[in-house]
Amino acid sequence: MKKIICLITLAIALVCVLTACGGNKEAVTTDGSTSMNKVIGALGEAFQADSGITVTYNATGSGAGIQAVLEGRCDIGLASRDLKDEEKAKGLEGTVLAYDGIAIIVNPENPVNDLDLETIAKIYTGEIKNWKEIGGNDAEIVLIGREAGSGTRDGFESITDTEDKCKYRQELTSTGDVITTVASNPNAIGYASLASVKETVKALNVDGVKPSEATIKDGSYVVQRPFVLVTKTDVTLSESAQSFFNFITSEAAQGIIIEAGVVPAN
Amino acid sequence: MHRRFFRDIFEWIRNKNSKTYENIIHGIFLILGLITVGCVLLITVYLIISGIPAIKEIGLFDFLFGKEWASTAGEPKYGILPFILTSIYGTAGAIIIGVPIGFFTAVYISKLSDKKIRSVMESAVNLLAGIPSVVYGLVGMLVLVPAIREIFNIPDGASLLAAIIVLAIMILPNIIKVSVTALDAVPKEYEDASLALGATDIETYFKVSVPAAKSGIAAAVVLGVGRAIGEAMAVMMVAGNVANMPSLFQSVRFLTTAVASEMAYSSPGSLQRNALFSIALVLFLFIMLINATLNFFLKRDKEK
Repeated sequence: MKKIICLITLAIALVCVLTACGGNKEAVTTDGSTSMNKVIGALGEAFQADSGITVTYNATGSGAGIQAVLEGRCDIGLASRDLKDEEKAKGLEGTVLAYDGIAIIVNPENPVNDLDLETIAKIYTGEIKNWKEIGGNDAEIVLIGREAGSGTRDGFESITDTEDKCKYRQELTSTGDVITTVASNPNAIGYASLASVKETVKALNVDGVKPSEATIKDGSYVVQRPFVLVTKTDVTLSESAQSFFNFITSEAAQGIIIEAGVVPAN
Repeated sequence: MHRRFFRDIFEWIRNKNSKTYENIIHGIFLILGLITVGCVLLITVYLIISGIPAIKEIGLFDFLFGKEWASTAGEPKYGILPFILTSIYGTAGAIIIGVPIGFFTAVYISKLSDKKIRSVMESAVNLLAGIPSVVYGLVGMLVLVPAIREIFNIPDGASLLAAIIVLAIMILPNIIKVSVTALDAVPKEYEDASLALGATDIETYFKVSVPAAKSGIAAAVVLGVGRAIGEAMAVMMVAGNVANMPSLFQSVRFLTTAVASEMAYSSPGSLQRNALFSIALVLFLFIMLINATLNFFLKRDKEK
């Protein structure tokens, strides 16, 4: 999918270059987190339709994106985590574009309503195997996850600190499949982007906080991560990059960000 | 308008020189035929070229017989033995369940049923063949997987067993249709001779008709194997997709699903992507083997 989007973007870029619809304005280059593919893709498309300036997106990962800004290889870096202090010390500035909330979902029949982050990690690493250990029915916990490389899986595992340690019972290839499976198995637990969670499953409170747009925004719901725009403090953005930056952090872009399944920061 | 135009051209060429006309038509058919052959060659060459590098890097033995697959871990492991075994077990299971059902159905349709029932059953089989695999997967996911969980009292129903059942149903139309054709082709005289000697209907069908059609039935089974081993979508939705060593009630990953589930996110040129091509190459070799077997049966049939 990602590749297809990349190809399409490239194709559009080529067409624009050939037909010179971008005029002499230069393209905006972005580089970084693979998880931000959807939101940056949607924003880039809207921006291009608006201004005729093309936006390119290179899915390399948060670390590589930050490195790229630092070395001046792209206009805006994309990171799906907060900037570290040593990165800020190098003259980088992070602007939170949106928050990606990941809901921990169980079957509506499940009596468990609340878990803390540590317990969730223990469940996924196989330390806790039965629902009765955490106040549920006497039944084995069925762990539902996403396939290797998925942005949601990457987000969930990095927040719960369970990278490469999860003992999945099923690895499904889409959010919809995860929700369907959890909805049909009373002992299943899974994770999915909050925006796509439906009534067929129950989203758990984490550390006593109910996942919602408000709790994600104020940071009290912890299974979330920021989507950060990384720029250099000592270098001014090119004219087109600045207008893209202004556009995506404006109110006009909020609808597009919500549609991409994340919570806008502004 | 167009038709007339072409007809005029053909007419003109034919009138002018019938040999040229023949040659042109011959050429067109040749080109169309070459397109098909070209596609096969292109895919084969492409798979080999893109499948070899990862095998070289990982090592053939570690790749084929490694028991662990963790392509995105800090220390990636690329062993596809779980996928190979799962594909073999899954296909074998589907054959064990699907062949008897398909075979007896074929005997019934070809020999025992009257005309009306036959036409109903044949259209049902055709319909079964036309159902898209994603629909099989969806029904499996929503009906079969929960049912397996309840019946066997296991935590989760997504398992090798679920995949086997779905595959068994999916290969039925192939087995039935080819077997029916083979059974229909048995000369009536064979059966009449048997009946005249005092054998009952059932004796005749199983001792005369079936042996006479055995090459065709074997071909049907091989065709079923080919369909089962190549199926990805339906299996992906019911098997759970975790790279475990196969066991009946465990979540498993097939060769096909291993390629399909990770392809979207692997970055081009990475070892992960190349390893996926290598898996595809292994799958391709399996299919080639099955095709060779099929040709063997069909050829033997012809020689008889």
